[in-house]
Amino acid sequence: MVGGYVAHVTAPATFELTDVVAGPADAPILKGITLSVPCDGILAVAGPSGSGKSTLLRLLNRLDDPVSGSITWDGRNIADWDPRELRRRVAMIFQSAPIFRGTVFDNFGVAQPGLSIERAHHVLDHVGMPRALLERPADQLSGGEAQRMSIARALLTEPKVLLADEPTAALDTASRRTIEDLARELAASGVPMVWITHDTAQLRRLADHAVVLVDGGVAAFGHLAELDAHDDPRVRELVGAPFGGDA
Amino acid sequence: MNRADIGLLGLAASSILIAVAIAISMWRRLGLERQLLWAALRALVQLLIVGFALQLVVDEDDPLVFSFIWLVVMHVFAAYTTWQRARDVPSVFWLSLLAYSVSAMVTLGVLFGFGVYEVEGRTIVPLAGIVVGNSLSATVLVSRRLFDSGKERRNEIEGRLALGLSASEAFQPMLRESLRTALIPQIETTKAVGIIALPGAMVGLILAGVDPVDAVRVQISVMYLVLGSVATTTAVMSLGISRKMFTSSEQLIRRS
Repeated sequence: MVGGYVAHVTAPATFELTDVVAGPADAPILKGITLSVPCDGILAVAGPSGSGKSTLLRLLNRLDDPVSGSITWDGRNIADWDPRELRRRVAMIFQSAPIFRGTVFDNFGVAQPGLSIERAHHVLDHVGMPRALLERPADQLSGGEAQRMSIARALLTEPKVLLADEPTAALDTASRRTIEDLARELAASGVPMVWITHDTAQLRRLADHAVVLVDGGVAAFGHLAELDAHDDPRVRELVGAPFGGDA
Repeated sequence: MNRADIGLLGLAASSILIAVAIAISMWRRLGLERQLLWAALRALVQLLIVGFALQLVVDEDDPLVFSFIWLVVMHVFAAYTTWQRARDVPSVFWLSLLAYSVSAMVTLGVLFGFGVYEVEGRTIVPLAGIVVGNSLSATVLVSRRLFDSGKERRNEIEGRLALGLSASEAFQPMLRESLRTALIPQIETTKAVGIIALPGAMVGLILAGVDPVDAVRVQISVMYLVLGSVATTTAVMSLGISRKMFTSSEQLIRRS
């Protein structure tokens, strides 16, 4: 474990990670982390490149398995879930929104075969996209639209949790803000999120809690206010504390 | 002289055409003289060896077991060649050996099962040769494409997995595309046959003195055999590779 814990997150946990080692077995990226992901709001995952943020996220919907340690979701070891069932409940959006062949409606059909037009319109409304885009070839969408479509597509599986791997890193400011607003709405409507970000300003706009990873370990975890007062200046810098590393 | 027997003099005379090719290479300074000569000599020696070896299996009184031994050797060699051309594809040797074998069983099973050809060395070995020979490049192509798509289209595959699709559903578009890529050239060749090119088997039969209409019937069965075998081999191969690319937990295996 790197640094000290600030562990005053009182909300019940959705994911519980215990001594999780992950990445290549001969050179693990996560080196034994223990963490409880709160079951409400947005948990931001911050940390320098290579600290294990994406590795962590990919474990939560079993795109990868840990080398050792255990992860439970909803009180049950995730290795005991059918991966397909787990992934429909624990949805994930990526930095570069995967675009499938065909129109936006076809893309929705991948997540929900036999989808009705009404439901498709409803989910477009939900992510703030015009209904007219439903018949647009998905590869003609702008970056921001494609990302919103991928969120809408993920919502069709009616997930209980949403994982986001720097979903706005490649977007312009306006699109970034739209996605952030959507994320806040989703979190408020009861879908907790785990959101990786490099952008400290975004972290401060979005996060209810944050976990800071450094060198494959948890350097700090807690409410933003707690992390702002953390002893380690690196942690304060990584969460964009008002006084940065100088406090 | 049998019309099929061109004799040594005939062989020597036809090699004038190689001299023509070499002369063109020298004239235009292509630097291909050695390669042309080497290719021509190699083909001559390889085919002579095959010809003598075939004599051991195609006579009516040769036991069929010789033909089957030939078949096994041919399949192993084809799998080895596939491995050489697609070394980084996991288990490519065993998968392609399986694919060639299944394809031979299906296609030859139909031809022999329905009595299109009689089961004898004279038919088993050349027909199996056609199956393997024509499937090889398509098999290598499918293997490479599928394997590369696992790396190049990782985001798209994992995007589908993340929506709760199974590995085979997530990989289905790539599978479809690579099978289409492998089969379309074969379909085009089949469509163009007789208009653009006269196929080898038919030309050989006509040169050997067989009535052209009889030769056409043989050729058609051979072309259907080729289509069927390319489709079967690539289908088995692609299913095998798909399985090797995912874990039992529907995860795309990361390969460097």
